[in-house]
Amino acid sequence: MDWINAILQGILLGGLYALFAAGLSLMFGVMRFVNVAHGDFIVISAYGALIVVAATGVHPLWATFVVVPGMALLGYVGQRILLNRTLGEDILPPLLVTFGFSIIIQNVLLEVFSADSQKLQAGWMETASIPINQSISIGVMPLLIFASALIVIAGLQAFFYKTSLGRVLRATSDDQDTVRLMGANNAKIFGYATAIASAVVGIAGVYLAMRTNFDPSVGPARLLFAFEAVIIGGLGNLWGTLAGGIILGVAQAIGAQIDPGFQILAGHLAFLILLVVKPQGLFPKMKG
Amino acid sequence: MSLSYTVQRSTRASQTSMSLTVVILIILIAAPWWAGRAELRLMVEIFYYLALAQMWSLLAGYGGLVSVGQQAFVGLGGYILFALAAFGGVHPIMALVLAGAITALIAMPTALVAFRLQGAYFAIGTWVIAEVFRLSFAQISALGGGSGMSLPASIVKSIASSRAGREHLVYWVALAIAVAAMALVFFLLRSRWGLAMTAIRDSEPASESLGVETYRTKFIVYVMAAGMTGLVGALIFLQKLRISPDAAFSVQDWTALVIFIVVIGGIGTIEGPILGTIIFFILREFASDWGSWYLILLGGIAVAVMLFAPKGLWGLITARYDVHLFPVGRRLIVNEEKSK
Repeated sequence: MDWINAILQGILLGGLYALFAAGLSLMFGVMRFVNVAHGDFIVISAYGALIVVAATGVHPLWATFVVVPGMALLGYVGQRILLNRTLGEDILPPLLVTFGFSIIIQNVLLEVFSADSQKLQAGWMETASIPINQSISIGVMPLLIFASALIVIAGLQAFFYKTSLGRVLRATSDDQDTVRLMGANNAKIFGYATAIASAVVGIAGVYLAMRTNFDPSVGPARLLFAFEAVIIGGLGNLWGTLAGGIILGVAQAIGAQIDPGFQILAGHLAFLILLVVKPQGLFPKMKG
Repeated sequence: MSLSYTVQRSTRASQTSMSLTVVILIILIAAPWWAGRAELRLMVEIFYYLALAQMWSLLAGYGGLVSVGQQAFVGLGGYILFALAAFGGVHPIMALVLAGAITALIAMPTALVAFRLQGAYFAIGTWVIAEVFRLSFAQISALGGGSGMSLPASIVKSIASSRAGREHLVYWVALAIAVAAMALVFFLLRSRWGLAMTAIRDSEPASESLGVETYRTKFIVYVMAAGMTGLVGALIFLQKLRISPDAAFSVQDWTALVIFIVVIGGIGTIEGPILGTIIFFILREFASDWGSWYLILLGGIAVAVMLFAPKGLWGLITARYDVHLFPVGRRLIVNEEKSK
């Protein structure tokens, strides 16, 4: 029973990892660009929610309505002003610039908020659970996060396949130069892509803040989880990313069941094993 | 009119700098007789950052292998040194050399996994691998688990009987490693492997079509850089005499700072990392008291350099003055001859 429970909790944790990963997957899909500071942007969102809650006293979920548009705006402006300059044939500039951002963000957060661990109080949601039988029950918050991940991914999928902007983004993913010949403005498209990805990062950050303790240094670990989910699922496939997040979550939960110190390591090892066995991921739609 | 070509390797500046290098080397070897203890310690640190910077620049600038997981090999080198010296009874200096060799061996299967990923994904993949090593060493209770261990006093004494003797020995080892790292890059770049690496960096499909074995070339460069990085890691913790997973596998200390040094100095040159290391230590002398603001400043400078001068400060210098201190490139000289 303990094992079934661990796997169930792992699946729900996978929803959070899929939320971490969706933004990363989207940015790579459109721009072929890996944002090393992705995890730190999630942490910025978490601190954003902290500020909103501290200033207004509302329930953390309401902070989403401030953090998500805020992050989208930040993403759009950052992409237009800074990141668009780094994009090109060479992979070094975007990688190293965002790596620099990662270190800068962590240290600025450290100066502003100190190294103290923070958590947002979500009230009744934290303890409420739905009993399945005597030994297994599902927490309301993990379930809410998992459901949000499903909605976000379904929403992104609908956006990509049902709207004209989505079509342009997919076309850009296939062939940037041809899309430009068709009259699209790549700089603007990249701005929109990052804005959408950052909005998802905003949601992920609010949930991170509600579900676990966080401090300025936890960003890189979230980047690695997001990255692993994307690779396991296969590049360019959002539902694959959800599957990757779930596999990672289950691997961590099983690891933690064996030994609490083994949780994160088990996730990384599962990722490396899958990388050797299936280098293209489980459900690839594009090549790296 | 016919044109004839000659391929030139060294320039007047590089010939001068070669003789200057010998003079500087002799002065540095004699440092224990003219420098104080604090200066020697600082110079050891400068040497190991220089060696790390050369290795990272070799990987990213020539091999096209951008790694953010070099801390894996620093930590491995350090831990292997401690394990061999404390439990194997190996003399620390011998253990240091072995640590480099064993790290290179461990890098081979590591490369097979990491090379499954390309480009930017390779970078993050190396970071995951470094985390696996960090978390694994935290589980080994014989090596102190998460809190780490100190090198036992008896082993520290076996390095050399007096404290000054130990410090001098560590200094010379550090100098030798820095020189070896630069020599490795220098001779590698002048060899056929160097030519293959430069070709891969410029265009992987083109070099492959011309018969360059890209996978093997990258593999060899990766393993050599890992071995040298492991050697540096062993030196770092031989100087510190204490090791823990967080210190040994620190992404900030052994990769972020090194990347900043190389980016500011100039990627893919031998001169760039030297210039970057000098700038890094000058900045640190002034700004290390600022705590995290110092890292923010350093990161900011690196980002600005990457955005506005991607070849680094040495790139700006060569663009303006065309000086090359280390003759690793080839230049085509066109001789115009008037024929009748």
